[in-house]
Amino acid sequence: MTAPFIDFKDVWLAYNEELQAKGQYAVEAIDLKVQQGEFIAIVGPSGCGKSTFMKLATGLNKPSKGSIHIDQQPVTGPLKISGMAFQAPSLLPWRTTLDNVLLPLEIVEPYRSQFKQRRPEFEQRALALLDKVGLGGYGDKFPWQLSGGMQQRASICRALIHEPKMLLLDEPFGALDAFTREELWCILRDLWTEQRFNVILVTHDLRESVFLADTVYVMSKGPGRFMVRREIDLPRPRDLEITYTKEFTDVVHELRGHIGAIRKTSAVPT
Amino acid sequence: MNNKKLQAWSPWILLVAVIAIWQVLCSAFNVSEFIFPSPWRIATQTVEYHEVIAGHAWRTYWVTMAGFGIAIVVGVLLGFLIGSSRLAYTAVYPLMTAFNALPKAAFVPILVVWFGIGIGPAILTAFLISFFPIMVNIATGLATLEPELEDVLRVLGAKRWDVLVKVGLPRSMPYFYGSLKVAITLAFVGTTVSEMTAANEGIGYLLISAGSAMQMGLAFSGLVVVGAMAMLMYELFSYIEKHTTAWAHRGTNNH
Repeated sequence: MTAPFIDFKDVWLAYNEELQAKGQYAVEAIDLKVQQGEFIAIVGPSGCGKSTFMKLATGLNKPSKGSIHIDQQPVTGPLKISGMAFQAPSLLPWRTTLDNVLLPLEIVEPYRSQFKQRRPEFEQRALALLDKVGLGGYGDKFPWQLSGGMQQRASICRALIHEPKMLLLDEPFGALDAFTREELWCILRDLWTEQRFNVILVTHDLRESVFLADTVYVMSKGPGRFMVRREIDLPRPRDLEITYTKEFTDVVHELRGHIGAIRKTSAVPT
Repeated sequence: MNNKKLQAWSPWILLVAVIAIWQVLCSAFNVSEFIFPSPWRIATQTVEYHEVIAGHAWRTYWVTMAGFGIAIVVGVLLGFLIGSSRLAYTAVYPLMTAFNALPKAAFVPILVVWFGIGIGPAILTAFLISFFPIMVNIATGLATLEPELEDVLRVLGAKRWDVLVKVGLPRSMPYFYGSLKVAITLAFVGTTVSEMTAANEGIGYLLISAGSAMQMGLAFSGLVVVGAMAMLMYELFSYIEKHTTAWAHRGTNNH
């Protein structure tokens, strides 16, 4: 077995020293090993520290205890090898869709210093990526001229334009209608199948997690902890049809059971 | 006339209506021109004294623009400083609010002691009264960045400076232009107030000297001219605003 790509060893995080002194951690005792190119999903009730986990994995926050290694390097600050997308597309309204997608290349090295000379090449790359997610011909439109689903596609393009080794998605499809959501599942599946970056997907949607991920982690609430690790052994390539099979719904039910149990225990007044 | 046209012309229609009512009231009740001049009287006085008024108006105009220019530079720099650093924001903001609460006319006697009668106090009063809205708006634009957007960039290793230049500044531009519209009208107030006590030229001086000579028609002409200048500059900045930051006004013109 090769060395894991993402390696959390007994990671605890309190947001400040005061909270740490009281023993109030946002996440605790996180142990996690993710292989190169693995697609993991994290599910759990709201406020269970999923977003905190994302910030740890990207190096935006440092753990209070424990260590994080990514690609065999200890994480000490923002990694620059990851791209992020959130529930809100948060595109810049004064930039065209194309310029929004190009934004990371204006910031991250080595693209940053080459940006002026290689701009036509980068533009081609961005347009090709937009094409892949079904936004061909929309490059010169402004974000407010696009629908919510289209904005979210552009936001995913922005997260992928610098060819990150790790893609972090924080409920990226949460605000979309069911049909658009399933369409974007397939787009994400295809992009991942083609490029094999690591994905950490945080979601409320169990079907989404089972359809897309290799491994699903169930997180508990207050403090955030990984309670269940479930490998999804459904065959790939997966088609939307699979979501109507018994194997699929069984896994979803099983996960639903874990979440229900967690909700019950945390609903008890403390 | 359809609704949209009516809306476009409505300020002019209202203006004409106000002038007409004013004229009718003055004529009907035979109000003395020394107490409250009729629009006609103001108009004839404006024509009669147009050279004098133009001279004073030009003085007031360039003095205001000088003060306003300083206000833009200082307002943008201070706004950038306090908008980009939480420490500076916490430290500077209360002081600035206290300063803004002071009546700027109260500074004029002090400025006269420092700079003498003339353009010095007028430029500085225009500056003091108009930099605050510019500063606050730039600071607000910078300080209200969406945290997600900041995360997206910080994950890529963006420095605070990158975030400010790529996102913060363009984002605060609509606030900036909006504040210019407010600030330019305030700047005219500052200049005029200062000229009333501390100058021998300018519309403010004209108001005082016409008033003391009981030339109420001329005094009202002065007011009309200041109002017209302020309005014109307001419209100019409004035009610039619409044509540089169209993305922020899409709700009103596009679609």
